[in-house]
Amino acid sequence: MVTLMWLIPAFPAAGFLVLSTLGRRLSRPACAVMGTSSVALSMIVSAVVAWGYLSPTLPRPLTTTALWQWMEIRSLSIGFGLHLDSLSLLWVLVVTGVGFLIHLYSTSFMSAQEGYGRYFAYLNLFIASMLLLVLADGLLLLYLGWEGVGLCSFLLIGFWYREPANSKAALKAFVVTRIGDTALIIGILLLYTRLGSGNIQELLSRASSQIPPGAPLAVAAAALLLAGALGKSAQIPLQTWLPDAMAGPTPVSALIHAATMVTAGVYLIARMNVLFALAPTVRFLVAIIGAATLILAGFSAASQRDIKRVLAYSTISQIGYMFLALGVGAWPAAAFHFLTHACFKALLFLGAGVIILNLGDEHDIFRMGGLWKRMPLVFATFLTAALSMAAVPPLTAGFYSKDWILYWVWNSGPSGPILWLLALLGIVLTSLYTFRLVFIVFLGPERSRPSGRPGALLTIPLVVLAVPAALAGFLETPRHLGDIRVFSRFIAQTAPVVEPAPSMPGMVVWLILVSEAASLLGILLAYLLFRRRLRVGEAAESLPQGAYLRRFWLAGWGFDWLYEQTVVRPYRFLSRVVGSEPLDWLYRGIGDLAVVAHRLLSLIQDGRIRRYAAGVALGAALILALVVLL
Amino acid sequence: MTTVLVQYGLLLAAALFLVGLAGVLFRRNLLFTLLSLEIMLNAAGLAFVVAASRWQQPDGQVMFLIILAVSAAEAAVGLALILGIHRESGTLDPDELSRLRG
Repeated sequence: MVTLMWLIPAFPAAGFLVLSTLGRRLSRPACAVMGTSSVALSMIVSAVVAWGYLSPTLPRPLTTTALWQWMEIRSLSIGFGLHLDSLSLLWVLVVTGVGFLIHLYSTSFMSAQEGYGRYFAYLNLFIASMLLLVLADGLLLLYLGWEGVGLCSFLLIGFWYREPANSKAALKAFVVTRIGDTALIIGILLLYTRLGSGNIQELLSRASSQIPPGAPLAVAAAALLLAGALGKSAQIPLQTWLPDAMAGPTPVSALIHAATMVTAGVYLIARMNVLFALAPTVRFLVAIIGAATLILAGFSAASQRDIKRVLAYSTISQIGYMFLALGVGAWPAAAFHFLTHACFKALLFLGAGVIILNLGDEHDIFRMGGLWKRMPLVFATFLTAALSMAAVPPLTAGFYSKDWILYWVWNSGPSGPILWLLALLGIVLTSLYTFRLVFIVFLGPERSRPSGRPGALLTIPLVVLAVPAALAGFLETPRHLGDIRVFSRFIAQTAPVVEPAPSMPGMVVWLILVSEAASLLGILLAYLLFRRRLRVGEAAESLPQGAYLRRFWLAGWGFDWLYEQTVVRPYRFLSRVVGSEPLDWLYRGIGDLAVVAHRLLSLIQDGRIRRYAAGVALGAALILALVVLL
Repeated sequence: MTTVLVQYGLLLAAALFLVGLAGVLFRRNLLFTLLSLEIMLNAAGLAFVVAASRWQQPDGQVMFLIILAVSAAEAAVGLALILGIHRESGTLDPDELSRLRG
């Protein structure tokens, strides 16, 4: 059954082909059915494949299928094959599952928009590319999927291209991620040339046998792959595109810019974890970047007014957690957080989408309020996701995944406790900005009236997603809370997982209690500041420093300004200089000289025959004189 | 005697040539320009004749005959052109006929 897995990306790809060629001629329901059913079929096939993969038959079914030879140039031979293991299976299940729900949601959400067929064509292409990315057995094929999702991200951010700001945001996303992509392809080619294979499994086995730990090759390759991951996953310093990417339709933000594409970097590092283990300095850098990102983005999320930008910064922050986990070698924990994050963040975005749609395209949270009475179902599901993101036990997925990460971080060596403290601060921030959103949008006085009730197609995905957002955590629980190990056993089929032993046995419970206290402290802070409207908050904001700090956070720590000054402006200046082609000045000068000489000479051609005759006579006299005199 | 003749003859030819050249340069009528050209040709012819008589060679006489033929042809073509120009533009002033200005 595992041999069926080529069908998983094939269905959405076929859907894309049909929709992009016939999309204009198909009716809207036909487009919706076409776009959604292709992903549904893909989801069903992935479920079948997953069942085949997990059923305890021995020997293990073949998990790699070579489909065809992609290119063959002398000794270089690159295959087009798919590889399935539990890591890629996890991503496939989330991409197809969440993808299907979001397609379903989109059929209703986008119903009033033009370009319906185009929208579903892009969305199908995205799913196909993302599946290719995670199923690829070679790095080059992975890169094909990587670029494919980048292209779809560009197309969908700029979906409403008539607004120049949207096109600009799309371009920004494309260019910023391109910086990382360039580093990634250099890294891939480096691995190709040095290890002689592009097949990931072969590459990893060769790397672990041929490269000594800390070797320059491992460091360089890991650093280049990391740069690619930073761009795609919107981590510092390449995070600036994600908040602007919210210009796209909300389901796109939920699918691409929260649940799936932005975690491609996490997937890449988890997939190449052997290589990163060989480069401890780079891996430590991953942890530092993750910790820094989760805190900076947390502050920014807490000061945004646009509901989608709050969620965008929270996505950056949550992916920071995944990077932190990857940085301490806890790639299973990162994968687990990816799973729970995909559920609760997609749910938050879809809930926000319903609100935005029913309030007539209102994004400002301070013009919402008291929505819990009007939209009880949205409120309930949003609250579930918010509790999950804020990691409040027991019935939330986020608690278990975050706790696993924290446990791993604490036991990760001498720097562990410092990173753990940063992550703890991140937890306070997470619950602060999450519940700021909940208190302002759903509670408090009513500031605007929703235009109607959300339809079934909008609410079904919310309800379905709320289930894993609440319950997915029970796949993996800490030792003192049931000790369920389903997820780590599942993920260990990819590569053995060595979980660090607790440094102090009694510590584990305390770690959980402290992180819990941090989470509740964040909620309490949010309650005091935004529900009770405590004087402290207003007083802090009335101070010039407070207002300045808020604006600074609102602008995302001034990264855009910094890049404008250090990269964009010098680049524009340089392009102006080079655009005038300084090397051509010499050649253009010669040309200009010829033109001037031509003008001067043509002055004597005045058409007066008597002057010509005089010229001839003068010339003849001159020649005669010369002959006579010399 | 002969040398004096040659010098006078050549001086006469040079004077004729300069008269013709002055006519070409200063007359503002194409008809007179043509006439002046004839004078210049005849000056050249005179120089050939003088030289032929000095060295007692027939080549100079032959050259004079050729010049006669050329000047006859030139007069025929030139007059035809002048007629055409007059019919075309109504003037024979060479300064006004400057349509070939570059």
